[in-house]
Amino acid sequence: MGKKLLLEHVDVPGINTLSVYRQKGGYASVEKALKTMTPEAVVEEVKTSGLRGRGGAGFPTGMKWSFLAKPAGVPRYLVCNADESEPGTFKDRYLMEKIPHLLIEGMITASYALGARTSYIYIRGEYFYVAQILEKAIAEAYEAGLLGKNIFNSGFDHDCYVQVGAGAYICGEETALLESLEGKRGNPRIKPPFPAVAGLYGCPTVVNNVETIAAVVPIVNHGGAAYAAIGVGKSTGTKLISASGHIKKPGVYEIELGVPVEEFIYSDEYCGGIINDRKLKAVVAGGSSVPILPADLILKTAAGEPRLMSYESLADGGFASGTMLGSGGFIVMDETASVVKNLYTFTRFYHHESCGQCSPCREGTGWMEKIMHKILDGDGTMNDIELLWDIQAKIEGKTICPLGDAAAWPVASAIRHFRSEFEEYVRRGHSIKDVKHYYSTKGIPEPAYS
Amino acid sequence: MAKVTIDDITIDVPDGTTILQAARMIGGDIVPPAMCYYSKLKTSGGYCRTCIVKVEQGSAKDPRPMPKPVASCRTTVMDGMVVRNITSPEVLEARAGVVEFLLINHPLDCPVCDQAGECHLQDLAYEHGKADTRYEFERREFEKIDIGDKVQLHMTRCILCYRCVKVADQITDGRVHGVINRGDVAEISTYIENAIDNDFSGNVIDVCPVGALTDKTFRFQSRVWYTKPVDAHRDCDKCSGKVRLWYKGEEVLRVTGRKDKYGEVEDWICNSCRFDHKKTSDWVIEGPTKVDRHSVISANHYENLRILKANIERQKKALPHGEKVQLGQGALDPNNIHGK
Repeated sequence: MGKKLLLEHVDVPGINTLSVYRQKGGYASVEKALKTMTPEAVVEEVKTSGLRGRGGAGFPTGMKWSFLAKPAGVPRYLVCNADESEPGTFKDRYLMEKIPHLLIEGMITASYALGARTSYIYIRGEYFYVAQILEKAIAEAYEAGLLGKNIFNSGFDHDCYVQVGAGAYICGEETALLESLEGKRGNPRIKPPFPAVAGLYGCPTVVNNVETIAAVVPIVNHGGAAYAAIGVGKSTGTKLISASGHIKKPGVYEIELGVPVEEFIYSDEYCGGIINDRKLKAVVAGGSSVPILPADLILKTAAGEPRLMSYESLADGGFASGTMLGSGGFIVMDETASVVKNLYTFTRFYHHESCGQCSPCREGTGWMEKIMHKILDGDGTMNDIELLWDIQAKIEGKTICPLGDAAAWPVASAIRHFRSEFEEYVRRGHSIKDVKHYYSTKGIPEPAYS
Repeated sequence: MAKVTIDDITIDVPDGTTILQAARMIGGDIVPPAMCYYSKLKTSGGYCRTCIVKVEQGSAKDPRPMPKPVASCRTTVMDGMVVRNITSPEVLEARAGVVEFLLINHPLDCPVCDQAGECHLQDLAYEHGKADTRYEFERREFEKIDIGDKVQLHMTRCILCYRCVKVADQITDGRVHGVINRGDVAEISTYIENAIDNDFSGNVIDVCPVGALTDKTFRFQSRVWYTKPVDAHRDCDKCSGKVRLWYKGEEVLRVTGRKDKYGEVEDWICNSCRFDHKKTSDWVIEGPTKVDRHSVISANHYENLRILKANIERQKKALPHGEKVQLGQGALDPNNIHGK
């Protein structure tokens, strides 16, 4: 049984209320930090812990915090990125829905470390009911004096607000999020300047993912060194994984980083194996934008080492044979799944969500979707596969924000590892439309490809 | 001062200069094309990605290369930076990709477009594009919209460079002009067809790099290459009054700002000068404009890299290493613009 830091008390009835949460030791980190630690000491603990950004990029949080500019007389902000919109990722929703106070506790402790008088939780519009849960929790915290003026008689004042987004994936990009929070059109800003220097309203700002902020709580409670003892190498601590797809037990799992992928998929503690014990075909390991890997490469690296659920191990081999841990959206596909159909869904998503600011992404994502649609319709040609490859290469790395990369990587990896399946679609022409897939039949269908 | 090397030509530039500005100070073929950057508009640039270059060495202190190509219009130089533009096949390939993206949804209606002949997209396509398209789907279309009685917006041709949005933001009073929707159906709009009604709104025509915003008083009057440009001025209480008149025979067909070789106006002009004074007697004629037409004639000159390299050698001789170059005309301080 892996150690649980975030979801330890998730099954306790009433844990979403302040009284039960405090009985279980809630808000201890706030008390400890405010009463016994300087802000710098908290930042040091986070640095020691080796905590890395849980939103997808995996940037060391302590380092991000230490970049925060601290000019005198200018307010600083902490913004929590709860705009969790990556297909396949739903860990933040689970956390906020079940234990809203954990996030708020993390917000207060992190804000104390950063010297932020005000913090914002920017939550995606589709999570409206979660926003209401958070609002309720914040109201409880205010009433108990955990938010507001002079928290725990330490002289530290803090206000926390929830802002609901309006349904744009791009607002999960930190600078687009800040634009949206300021009430503008959610277009990513051109960096530099980085938010740590000029963020919200031009003031120094730290933007962190929900899970990152929540992880500050156990780090302060138990110390950075204890946190760093969990995990493997530079992937320290625990990570929430949103497991979905053709597995027996989909859901959110807290794992110690470094669990072997094979164990994660097949052990009863986690996913419990593939539905109907079919064969594993492919895995998207970290949310829709990371490269898809075929079964042999997700279970073992190209060098034959067992692959682990960690930042380094999943990235082993670069994009030629590796992928990324990303945000932890673990999508499992069995042998009945069609990678081509799946890719069409992803291209459609990125086309729909491109903000339209810079040309390669605005035009390229739509183009890729149209070609994918053509191939699915049985009208594709071999040339279309080459064209797709060329388009993704011309989007990747040429855009303002990472959405262009996110749109390009799934296309590149699907063609890299499953080219024969694309060719199959082209060869079979219009008859491909009659091929049954898992979701379209009640019985167990024949595998589409052998 | 920072020492920057672009395509093997080294130049000293003031701190805070962008790579694009430094390249413009050197001049010639190594200047990256820019569709959205406009030196007189704050925060412009970064969107179109045509000016991307490769930074081979970040600075003297930190010589690591930058991992991705960068937009030269929004990246400031560092001392010791080494940049590759046309000497990098990678950059040319990436730029050709951007041009293709800009063109896949462009209607290519140049034969009936007023901008043809002075269109930056046309130049860009001739210089970096390919003769045929790989795009085989329907192109997006929008209805034409009149924004005010003098300006027409033909969104189908727009490449979303945001220049007009910046003009509306920074030059005119009262912003009524922005971008609605997102992705490839994003459009420039005045929101519920609000007319743009202020004295400097006509400048959106001058900044538009394509034929998306056109002068209705000039619409379908003549191809631009049949008209003769003449510099002229008048006493105007709103703007500097320094304009360019475009004659066909004795008749002034249109009035525009004076544009430099990068297509940027020297001064913003008011709507009264632009739309209401179309008689020779309204103006003091200064003389014919020297036109540096880099337009459609220069087809595919980037393809011949051998000639390009020879040009670079020639430029290097003309500009010995270390020579100080003053900021070119393209770098006017936006605060000093007349008529703002």
